[in-house]
Amino acid sequence: MSEEWKFTAKDIAEKPDLFLSGHRACAGCAPATVLRLIMKATRGPTIVTEATGCMEVVSSIYPYTSWAVPWLHTAFETAAANAAGIEAALKIMRKKCKRKQEHVDVIAIAGDGGTYDIGLQALSGAVERGHDFLFVLYDNEAYMNTGIQRSGGTPHGAATTTSPAGSIVPGKVEYKKPIAEIMLAHEMPYVATASPYYWRDLIAKARKGLEVEGPAFLHVFAPCPRGWRSDAAKSIELSRLAVETCVFPLWESANGKCQLSTPSKLIALAPQKKRPVSDYLQGQGRFRHLFTPKGKKMLDEVQSRTDERWQRLLKKCQET
Amino acid sequence: MKNVCKQDLMAMNGDEAVAYAVKQADVDVVAAYPITPQTIIVEKFSEYVANGEVETEFVCTESEHSALTACLAAAVTGARTFTASASAGLALMHEMLFVTSGCRAPVVMAIANRALSAPLNIHGDHSDTMAQRDSGWIQLYVENAQEAYDSIIQAFRIAEDLQVLLPAMVGLDGFTLSHSLENVNGLPDEVVKKFVGVRELPLVATHEGKNAPFKLDPEKPMTMGPIAFPDYYFEFKRQQDEAMKNALSVIQRVHDEYAELSGRSYGNGLFEAYQLDDAEVAAVCLGSTAGTMKTVVDELRQDGVKAGLLRLRTFRPLPVEELQKALSHAKAIAVMDRSLSFGGNGGAVFHEIRHVLYDAATHPFVVNYVYGLGGRDSSPKELRVIYEELQRILQTKHVEKTINYLGLRE
Amino acid sequence: MSSRGKSWKEIAPAGVCSKSSTTFLTGDWKTYLPLRDLEKCTRCLLCVIFCPDGAIHWKPEKADIEFDYSFCKGCGICANECPTKAITMKLEKE
Ligand SMILES: Cc1ncc(C[n+]2csc(CCOP(=O)(O)OP(=O)(O)O)c2C)c(N)n1
Ligand code: SF4
Ligand code: SF4
Ligand code: SF4
Ligand SMILES: [Mg+2]
Repeated sequence: MSEEWKFTAKDIAEKPDLFLSGHRACAGCAPATVLRLIMKATRGPTIVTEATGCMEVVSSIYPYTSWAVPWLHTAFETAAANAAGIEAALKIMRKKCKRKQEHVDVIAIAGDGGTYDIGLQALSGAVERGHDFLFVLYDNEAYMNTGIQRSGGTPHGAATTTSPAGSIVPGKVEYKKPIAEIMLAHEMPYVATASPYYWRDLIAKARKGLEVEGPAFLHVFAPCPRGWRSDAAKSIELSRLAVETCVFPLWESANGKCQLSTPSKLIALAPQKKRPVSDYLQGQGRFRHLFTPKGKKMLDEVQSRTDERWQRLLKKCQET
Repeated sequence: MKNVCKQDLMAMNGDEAVAYAVKQADVDVVAAYPITPQTIIVEKFSEYVANGEVETEFVCTESEHSALTACLAAAVTGARTFTASASAGLALMHEMLFVTSGCRAPVVMAIANRALSAPLNIHGDHSDTMAQRDSGWIQLYVENAQEAYDSIIQAFRIAEDLQVLLPAMVGLDGFTLSHSLENVNGLPDEVVKKFVGVRELPLVATHEGKNAPFKLDPEKPMTMGPIAFPDYYFEFKRQQDEAMKNALSVIQRVHDEYAELSGRSYGNGLFEAYQLDDAEVAAVCLGSTAGTMKTVVDELRQDGVKAGLLRLRTFRPLPVEELQKALSHAKAIAVMDRSLSFGGNGGAVFHEIRHVLYDAATHPFVVNYVYGLGGRDSSPKELRVIYEELQRILQTKHVEKTINYLGLRE
Repeated sequence: MSSRGKSWKEIAPAGVCSKSSTTFLTGDWKTYLPLRDLEKCTRCLLCVIFCPDGAIHWKPEKADIEFDYSFCKGCGICANECPTKAITMKLEKE
């Protein structure tokens, strides 16, 4: 890997947006911030491909586009296969002198639906084959584009339109799939989690994902005020609270070596800093039912599963 | 023919002939997934790759869905692409077939035609491709391994033609063609390479106000595969229909040009008329069945029966006017379908040929013969029955059964 | 939206987009308007980084930031994240 890229807030602010204004995401959409920041991490010629979902729709309503780079959408489950095809074409056409010799980075972007669920097979295949691309999962924890249905990435207890909080069933009963660990099990060169509040960490990881040769997977936490029934102004704050409560710890694994990233590392070093999950859950309408007497059991489950997963991660990162 | 070039005679089955054509066609990306009876294509091509005989990026995907998707994405990156499939594999691609044509990605695909489950059946019929006839792909059906080879080469030129820019599938009957050894004449490598040429790209206007070659290129960014609301969607679909229309003449032109080179032609490229000019009773069929049908026609002609055959090579785009001209003088026509449109009163080819003949002033009798499903053989004797029935219809001026199932145990 | 769209013969194939969304103004979506207290602002640029709509620009020549109200949707993220509480959200009509 090349020398580490150092950047300041000014560098980021000065770099022109490649994900352009005028997109139709809801006000306060953190996935939109995530995409802006990911595109700030690019290092040269780049092609982006996106799965069907909110970010694809809001950025490509014909005849308008919010993409300053070449961009392709084909279907919901195909982001990784698109990237594979693009990368294969670039590679062979360079070799046959049918294209310029310069290197072109390929980024595939998908939501949780396009990653955990319907897109997992194509992603697993593309990673196994070792295509050189960065896969960015912006995780807003449900199928938002189609109106807030549950996904494999929806957390335990969350109310969605297909896991409503009813009088018998209190929101989603199942737990969130540990997707980054699933990708890690592919023994791929780079896997990381990120959260937009920690923008510097996010951009640096996206850059590393581009720099690494072979596939890279970046799981980015991305609050959705519409689907989470949260205050639009709090989207970035929620992305901080998720880290501070260890609901969404930040870590990375380069070539098989797993380590906590600074914000989570600080919590590992000073466990008293770890905040209760309720601090994070409270402001969100999708978890409202957890704060009623009947919801107490589920709230406790969320806390204990969060703790378990945190402990497991600490072990993995050899922090215990 | 004067300029016919020297060729190599090789013993190959249909699948091998396809792989050989792809090897010669300067294909940039092949992404594929195995399925009987197409697998030999993928295997053979893998051998070419392993032995360094091709300059092609071979992507051995985890599914047909991804295979076609990767081809589509590679094609809009400017590459020449190829894939192959059959039956369940083609069905799994269904969603992406429409995306591929909608994205105007000129992917070429060979289909070793096979029945669809359930029950599971690996043998030949046309259920797989007929189910995809509205997916916006050009569809050619071949009669033998030689034509499979020739058609794959032509398909690249047709699909990539700037007036067309549509994906194309070439269907060869599973096992009957895919697995049977034939003598196949192959053109020299450099002749094929020159014939297919280097892929040209049309210029399109981008959102940056540039006119740029239609591909993903960081120097001239364009946005492909957006969402179009009711205010625009219809226009894009109309464009696809026009491209299909354009394909009719391109298919003929490419076919004729290739005939000059190889000395081989298949009718006018759209269909092949056999003893059809003065035929009173005629059959219409696709694919390898035509071989047997021709011998039946020969026999009947010896018996003084004015029998004829039309082998449809190009099913999409359907050559409506040309078919009308070729068929309308026949008095009774049997359309043969190797697939069924359940509850749709017969098979797809029947529906379409009948539609073609609706405007014919001669108003011939048109009946349907569904045959060979799941790989069931049809003997010359059985096939002869079709013509006998047509003769009976002519004599009695009465159609007893419009939809007939040939070789079915009643 | 275009009042009278182009015919199928005039548009690029395959839906290749013809306009940049920077010509599609989303500024009229907002109810609240971010207003900045120049005194309190330290030009830390966090608001520029966090804005989902790229509606706050850093202007090196002025060594200052600038709101682009033609895209700002009034979400309030900038105000919420500003470390010095330099931004307040005001009803747009006021
Ligand atoms: C094969 C297929 N199934 C279903 C859909 C409908 N669909 C479109 S987007 C979407 C959900 C997208 O969810 P996610 O990937 O989480 O992205 P988000 O919209 O939440 O950003 C669904 C179900 C589709 N387009 N294609
Ligand atoms: S629904 Fe959520 S993810 Fe989709 S645009 Fe709105 S805020 Fe963004
Ligand atoms: S976040 Fe606050 S202090 Fe920082 S630049 Fe923006 S307004 Fe100024
Ligand atoms: S209110 Fe929201 S959209 Fe407007 S400038 Fe602030 S962060 Fe950007
Ligand atoms: Mg989602």
